[in-house]
Amino acid sequence: MSIRDQSTLRVILYEGADAQPLDSGGTYAVMRSLLERGFAVTRASLGGSVAPADRTELLVLGRFAGGHAPRLEDAQGRVAVESLDITGLDADAVAGRVESQRELRGAARHGEWRPWFPVIDYDRCTNCMQCLSFCLFGVYGADSAGRIDVQSPDQCKTNCPACSRVCPEAAIMFPKYKAGPINGDVVTAADLGRERMKVDISALLGGDVYASLRQRSDDAKVRFSKERDEKKALAERQKCLTKLAQAGDIPAEVLMSLPPPDEILRRAQEAKAKAAAALQAQTTT
Amino acid sequence: MSEAPRILYCHCAYAQVVPEEVKAAVLHRLCASGVAFDAVADLCEMAARRDTTLQRLASGGAVKIAACFPRAVKGLFHQAGADLPADRVEVLNMRTLSAEAVCQSLEGGVLTPNLPVEKSPAALAAAASRTKP
Repeated sequence: MSIRDQSTLRVILYEGADAQPLDSGGTYAVMRSLLERGFAVTRASLGGSVAPADRTELLVLGRFAGGHAPRLEDAQGRVAVESLDITGLDADAVAGRVESQRELRGAARHGEWRPWFPVIDYDRCTNCMQCLSFCLFGVYGADSAGRIDVQSPDQCKTNCPACSRVCPEAAIMFPKYKAGPINGDVVTAADLGRERMKVDISALLGGDVYASLRQRSDDAKVRFSKERDEKKALAERQKCLTKLAQAGDIPAEVLMSLPPPDEILRRAQEAKAKAAAALQAQTTT
Repeated sequence: MSEAPRILYCHCAYAQVVPEEVKAAVLHRLCASGVAFDAVADLCEMAARRDTTLQRLASGGAVKIAACFPRAVKGLFHQAGADLPADRVEVLNMRTLSAEAVCQSLEGGVLTPNLPVEKSPAALAAAASRTKP
């Protein structure tokens, strides 16, 4: 199942009328415990406002009068509402009950995939399709208007920001990256210069890190067949890949997991064809 | 008099890029304040899933978002098809601000919109070339 097909559960920690508020330490412990498990939680109280309701199922937690959760129903009949009394439960026990409710409803289980994927800054993007052409893992595509789009974020390789390095406008962000501007920090003129320089470095390697990888792999194959020493072969391969990793800030494990050269070539051609088609669509519309 | 802005807190649960002490202090103070607020485990994870929750969170008037860089937050909501209204959103960056600064702003009530709104010259030129007859 795609990560996009899963429903979510909205948890409400209710501390309004007819419910006994938790002490501030208790509220913090429950909120934190639920957030650490991936739930979206609304703290409802008598002060302030929160985001409006939509059709997301609601699970309402509270210390209700008499220790009994009231039967709740959406007046408009659009949203399923369940309530749960948490009187006397500690934060872990509350989280356990919520997790059971999530399972019952078949809602999304969070935290199984680390959210590492590119986010496009459309204020900077020129729609040049270099990222689509570069990525071998099918993360990018073009939408119906011919705009670059992140279509399969879960196919992105964790900790690999290589596509952001080839973007000439520094328009690709990885919000969980360590440094700016890739992490979303403001882009400066110096950053743009640096980005361009990084593209030049890959050009020094042959203009295409994948072409470089193929060449190194082919060279290595010849050497390996002569040496017939698996340990030496592995060491040589790691040495080659380390150089490539440094040039593109690509994690070594990503390079190590790349498919055989023929498959890399096929994927690269496929990506370039997709990019060319998207660019063609731009000029004809 | 306009209503106080809503508050949205992102826990950035799946990475260690927001200092743990800042996240903890901000969440603790929000809980102690008694104020209502929305909290999400990780905006990135929701954006990747194009979670419709983000549309709900983007609607409903002015909002202060305690998360990370404004440019990233804007992009994440856009990715989920839930554009934030630039004139009614202030993003408080827990990666760079102290917990005290974030809390003071959240409690202050006055909203200072800070989402980036200007297109880069290259993006403007590219858009212009696409619209030429």
